[in-house]
Amino acid sequence: MTQLAKPLKKRRIKGDGGWGYAFIAVALVVFAVFTAYPVVSAFIISFQDYKPLGSTFVGFDNYIDSFKDSLFWKSLVNTVVYTILTVPVALIISFGVAILILPLNKKLQTTFKAIYYLPAVASGVALSVVWLWIFDPMPTGILNQVLGFFGINNQNWLGSSSTSMFSLVLMSWLSSHGTSIIIYLAALLGIDDSYYEAAELDGASFIKKMWYIVIPCLKPTTLFLLVTGVIGSFQVFQNAYLMTGGGPDNATTMVGLLIFNNAFKYFEFGKAAAQSLVLALIIGVISLVQFKFWGKDVEY
Amino acid sequence: MSLYNDHTGHVAAKYIRNAVIIIILLLFALATIFPIYFMIISSFGDPVEAGAMSYSLIPTKISLDSYKFFFEYSEYSLRWLLNSLFVASVVTVSNVFFASMAGYAFSKIRFKGRTALFTLLLIAMMIPYQVTQVPLYILIVNIFQIQNTYSALILPGLVTVYNIFLAKQFMSSIPTEVLECAKIEGCNQFQVYFRIILPLSKTVLAVMAILTFMDSWNTFFWPFLVTNTMDMQTIQVGLKNFRFANTTYFAPMMAGATISALPMFILFFSLQKYFLKGVTVGAVKG
Repeated sequence: MTQLAKPLKKRRIKGDGGWGYAFIAVALVVFAVFTAYPVVSAFIISFQDYKPLGSTFVGFDNYIDSFKDSLFWKSLVNTVVYTILTVPVALIISFGVAILILPLNKKLQTTFKAIYYLPAVASGVALSVVWLWIFDPMPTGILNQVLGFFGINNQNWLGSSSTSMFSLVLMSWLSSHGTSIIIYLAALLGIDDSYYEAAELDGASFIKKMWYIVIPCLKPTTLFLLVTGVIGSFQVFQNAYLMTGGGPDNATTMVGLLIFNNAFKYFEFGKAAAQSLVLALIIGVISLVQFKFWGKDVEY
Repeated sequence: MSLYNDHTGHVAAKYIRNAVIIIILLLFALATIFPIYFMIISSFGDPVEAGAMSYSLIPTKISLDSYKFFFEYSEYSLRWLLNSLFVASVVTVSNVFFASMAGYAFSKIRFKGRTALFTLLLIAMMIPYQVTQVPLYILIVNIFQIQNTYSALILPGLVTVYNIFLAKQFMSSIPTEVLECAKIEGCNQFQVYFRIILPLSKTVLAVMAILTFMDSWNTFFWPFLVTNTMDMQTIQVGLKNFRFANTTYFAPMMAGATISALPMFILFFSLQKYFLKGVTVGAVKG
């Protein structure tokens, strides 16, 4: 039976090459025009002083200028700081919440999943409007009122270079972690009960089960969330753009925002293209390193 | 036998444990829901300048004047919503249609260069959008010269690589034997796709439709870049402009934010199952 089934499974519908191309035609055209061409074009523009009518070739000038620009380095540092402060915390929060949801019944699980996911359906613009008022620097501002209750002085949250980065980080902490919570929970439910049974026979405690079973079993999930989280965080700029505009004194200028400003504020397309390619390279290298260091014994 | 102790024989202990857990989860839920709550509650306030007002977390009165203020701010306020609805609907329909077709081809039809093309798509998915942003802008504005049109808003999103990937992943799990049978019965490829693949993929396509619609409705930067008159803007761009023009009008700003988010809340509450499914469908290795 198995011998018969195998070749059947391997066989695909043959002689349909034409149909294949017809089915992917539209997707391929859209991809070629709106993704492939722009990527190639980005490389070309990055070596040019771009002008709508007649660009001039400038070699590596855009790259060299960027690396000499202290603002480019500052934006890179800001991005790294933001990533380090947000991504691990998000992982810990979602892991903790998923663990807590686990023993509840199905109905409660779904309810909590929905609650935690809810803020993710509101647009970034809408949420930025709300947070702008939460961070209101007046003593009547929501956050200032809360902290005043604990005897902490009024802060000029988004307006001072010492707190503006923290404000964006805080906003990220309290944003929706629904996606990672749901992914973690799905992975937790996928752990085979026999592991726990074996551990209980050995008299393992909750902490031990956590350390020796749950955390190793969830390693692929953690790696996935870590890599996607870092990639996302390196591209972040909507919140910075809408909340602080990168200020004050460029304290919240991230790479993504710097590229946006270079392109659409100063219209230095060549420089923006060069910096975006550097960003792509950095993201690629970081993802690779994460897989190398963390993914050694992770199977996919 | 699981991670948690069953507390067999100690029913009370189990109840207390779950009660404590629920309380912790509720507290955290309050923190995440708070901005949304604050937004909706405040939108019912009077449309007066903020000045020295203090915010209240409990609604003192319910007035729709701030909503009126938002709609009267610009004659195009309603148009922004319609623009968003139109763009998001077209993008959703085309994604479901073209991504499912491409997904079917990539998973079940054998043709030359299939693996190479699909690998190319996967690699492209890893390129950050900052890279394509500038050339795409130049393409739409300088080469095609279609800025400030619906085409500019819709064309780049007609079908995304992510959705093709999603469709391909799901359709790979449909047994090839079924398709073979249909072919022997005399179906051509399009009939196979339309009569067998589409009905079998209903759930994944529903998930795709909802996520695509939400993304398109919430997207801000692309419409912000390629529109320059108020009548072509989407609700997100309009909301941002409203915010910058009325920096002190607290309640109307919240009303605007609520209006922009409300359609998504309604969608979420009515199709919650698909939203939650959508999270794991693309993420967990299958």
